[in-house]
Amino acid sequence: MRKLYHFNGGVHPPQHKSESTRHPIIKPPLPEKLVIPLHQHIGNTAKPVVSKGERVLKGQKIGRAEGYVSSAIHAPTSGTILSIEQEPVPHPSGLRDLCISLEPDGMEEWIELQPVDYLNTDPSTLRNRLRDAGVVGLGGAVFPSFIKLNPSNRKIRTLVLNGAECEPYITCDDMLMRQRAAEIVEGAKIMRHMLQADEILLGIEDNKPEAIAAMKAASGDEMEVVAVPTIYPGGGAKQLIRVLTGIEVPAGERSTDLGVQCFNVATAASVYRAVRYGEPLISRIVTIAGNVANPGNYEALIGTMIDHLILQAGKNEEENVAIMGGPMMGFDLPSVRVPLVKATNCIIVKSEKLFPKRPAPMPCIRCGRCAESCPADLQPQELYWFSKAGNFGKAQEYALFDCIECGCCSYVCPSSIPLVQFYRYAKSEIWAQEREKKASDLARIRHDFRIERIEREKREKAERLAQKSAKAGSEQE
Amino acid sequence: MNSPYLAKTPSVTEIMAKVLLALIPAIAALVWFFGPAILVSLCLASATALLCEAAMLKLRKRPVTPFLMDGSALLTAWLLALSIPPMGPWWLIVTGTAFAIVIAKHLYGGLGSNPFNPAMVGYAVLIISFPVQMTQWLAPASLAQAHLDFSTILHYMFSGSLPSPLDAYTSATPLDTLKTQLHLAKPITEIMTLPIYGKMGGVGSEWVAAAYLLGGLYLLQQKIITWHVPFAFVATIFVFSGIFNLYDPALHAGPFFELAGGATMIGAFFILTDPVTGPTTPRGKLIFASGAGFLTWIIRTYGGYPDGVAFAVLLMNICVPLIDAYTQPPVFGKKK
Amino acid sequence: MLDAILVMSGLALFLGSVLGYASIRFHVQGNALVEKIDAILPQTQCAQCGFPGCRPYAEAIAEGRADINQCPPGGEANIHKLADLLGVEFKPLNAEHGEPKPKSLAFIDESTCIGCTLCIQACPVDAISGAPKQMHTIIASECTGCELCVAPCPVDCISMVPVAENISNWKWKRPSYLEQDAA
Ligand code: SF4
Ligand code: SF4
Ligand code: SF4
Ligand code: SF4
Repeated sequence: MRKLYHFNGGVHPPQHKSESTRHPIIKPPLPEKLVIPLHQHIGNTAKPVVSKGERVLKGQKIGRAEGYVSSAIHAPTSGTILSIEQEPVPHPSGLRDLCISLEPDGMEEWIELQPVDYLNTDPSTLRNRLRDAGVVGLGGAVFPSFIKLNPSNRKIRTLVLNGAECEPYITCDDMLMRQRAAEIVEGAKIMRHMLQADEILLGIEDNKPEAIAAMKAASGDEMEVVAVPTIYPGGGAKQLIRVLTGIEVPAGERSTDLGVQCFNVATAASVYRAVRYGEPLISRIVTIAGNVANPGNYEALIGTMIDHLILQAGKNEEENVAIMGGPMMGFDLPSVRVPLVKATNCIIVKSEKLFPKRPAPMPCIRCGRCAESCPADLQPQELYWFSKAGNFGKAQEYALFDCIECGCCSYVCPSSIPLVQFYRYAKSEIWAQEREKKASDLARIRHDFRIERIEREKREKAERLAQKSAKAGSEQE
Repeated sequence: MNSPYLAKTPSVTEIMAKVLLALIPAIAALVWFFGPAILVSLCLASATALLCEAAMLKLRKRPVTPFLMDGSALLTAWLLALSIPPMGPWWLIVTGTAFAIVIAKHLYGGLGSNPFNPAMVGYAVLIISFPVQMTQWLAPASLAQAHLDFSTILHYMFSGSLPSPLDAYTSATPLDTLKTQLHLAKPITEIMTLPIYGKMGGVGSEWVAAAYLLGGLYLLQQKIITWHVPFAFVATIFVFSGIFNLYDPALHAGPFFELAGGATMIGAFFILTDPVTGPTTPRGKLIFASGAGFLTWIIRTYGGYPDGVAFAVLLMNICVPLIDAYTQPPVFGKKK
Repeated sequence: MLDAILVMSGLALFLGSVLGYASIRFHVQGNALVEKIDAILPQTQCAQCGFPGCRPYAEAIAEGRADINQCPPGGEANIHKLADLLGVEFKPLNAEHGEPKPKSLAFIDESTCIGCTLCIQACPVDAISGAPKQMHTIIASECTGCELCVAPCPVDCISMVPVAENISNWKWKRPSYLEQDAA
């Protein structure tokens, strides 16, 4: 038995996982329209490379990666480009963003795929391949994977695969591990090769015995499957790394500098498909759960409208409001008429019964329950106090940016204070202030530059005048 | 609405209700050993607290119902009523409670913002202003020279007159007696043979202390409080009184007497554990409670007041922001 | 009694000397102070403060010639920061210098622009590109929204367009609180 480590805090919310694991992954029918946002990853928005009216093939690149931190976007099926416009996207702001709309022609005609033999390909070509295939982290963070597969100077000892899936309701990784264990193992081998890692550890919470069994059967001696205790947020990358290796990755540091790298199991599977078959990331598995007749997992094309998926799962009568992500860290979708994106691991249709409204917040009584449950070892009540007072400097001193927004503190707060919302607010205010600071620094430089230029022009003019008059004087003599 | 959409936690009201519930055994013990006077003063204190709370909420333009329902005013009232002599004149308990709620709680910003434990502020004000009334404790029913029934109690509390002289019903507390007797240069062993002393503390009051302990264990089991504060407080008093008792048993009462006597138990489990006025970090709680334990023992041994818990708590309340600031646990990944 | 007085005056003496030392030790010297003030100012260079730009205003504050509440683009947030830096009391924005407005960018209606270059001369940060007799455009990323180019334009083709909220500049709102917690 491998020695497991422990992190402080954490909570045990009700799981609600059995509802959506009763039947295997379903492929929903092709929708009538796909809306594919160009910004589905951390980093720069992809640049559209198709135009309206153009016919595209399945897997054809329709947006190319812009700059280093970015990722490509592909047509999920063959069809015609309807428009490239601002459309509603799944974002807590409810704002629109640039999307490419596609009308499927039903032919599912693939572009010519180019598989790679990874063992005989150099890592940088492999990374470019993943970048072009639009492979990003599918656990929810959607960070471009090729960047994380660029080994730093430090040797990577351990490659951690994250199959913990700690949030209630979400079961997409569970089902993937049960049904496609081999793909995950192959993907992990490619990643290990790229990182030159010594070992692969796959952490799965012990509430998923079927997934553990399937992965153990598939992994042979390529990797070690470790059952980890079920506790939220045990599937946070930092928490899982801690549990499996004992290493604590501080905020603002990269785990690679400590010799570990962590990927979600679904990411491993898509790395495999991108390398082995040359298939770009055009679909993902999403859990549809909550107030639906038939909760389950669906392998849906990126760009499928969420309401199309909810309909597949058997919409129940009631208002159509849904959460994207889990109930601990997800957010309210502005409407169900938004597309599925690479980050959508779960859609939970809400109902008053499943998520009763919390009582109105009361003042903080400093009971310390939040601090006890915080997996980042923060003092949420102090962060709350400073964020609420707008004292962001002090909030940063108390390590606001170490907060992983897991929601444990709000979960246990007897005063029902929306603590995490205050941290999100404080963080985005600080980011805004930093943006403003950058802009004003730029303006200062340009202003100084301008003043200098005007002075210089004045000086030159004066010199020219002086020369002229000197000349004139000498001519007179 | 935003994530997390789930919550599992007792509400403030439930927490306060459990604390009130945990006080019931001690109240029962008080009634059993000292007669029903405490019930009258509890009612008076509760009514005053709720009225003051409602008035202050109105004045401060806060919604009245949710805050009245949180139970914190009631708890303050009970703690104060349990800390002062049960059969004082009516205005004693009313003044104390009103002061606790209006000044110590609401003028400092209300629930969650008051730096000082309101009940202890009320107590301190009373003992400084009315030292005589505040030391007239009821004698245990078994030792009192005259019988007290309900109507006599009510009559006394509101009119001040009694069928027999007041002395027939009251006596000094065991701690107080100890102090006066020590001043008379009597050795402890002899003092302890006085009729008001029982097996460990005072007759009756030792059982009340045991009932507080019982309530406290319930709160621990319910995870309303953590072990840090009661443990550190009790252990500090135990250690100091133990050392000095070993050193000179004639001058210093034994550690068990210090634990069973006075307000040690109610302090350990009910007063020092007030979250609002205590530190939040585990290490901070230990420091806070040990400090309070040490001060309690010092005041009891060398100070002018019979018991030291209230002043110890208030003194330590001042230090809370400092304690919290210096006991921040290391953040994840930044441990040395 | 006497010892109490002695203790108190001793304490006062000690604290006084600590404070005195601190004020000498941590006193921010002239130019450094101007830099620090200038770093807080928004660099819009709009001259609403009554000085020909942010730096002159920073110098004026450092020399005590101007108050800290004269910069509308900076708003109250910046006044707080200045008050902190200088160790003085916060005061609300002086309305004489204008009201804070949502950030806007200049926009040139290119069909009307006659290419007179007057706006280019007015822009304090060279955010307008164009040559004589050609139409001009605003470089959005560099425009500070100071409005100085609006007045000089002889054909009124410059308008100020508020910056719209989009996904990259969107902010989480402060949770709306019930009056329970208005304090
Ligand atoms: S859990 Fe809530 S009430 Fe308790 S200390 Fe934290 S924020 Fe305050
Ligand atoms: S949301 Fe942040 S502060 Fe709250 S428990 Fe999670 S990490 Fe800690
Ligand atoms: S008012 Fe304008 S010029 Fe003056 S400091 Fe503020 S931004 Fe700069
Ligand atoms: S373009 Fe106009 S508004 Fe923008 S910075 Fe230049 S002068 Fe100011």
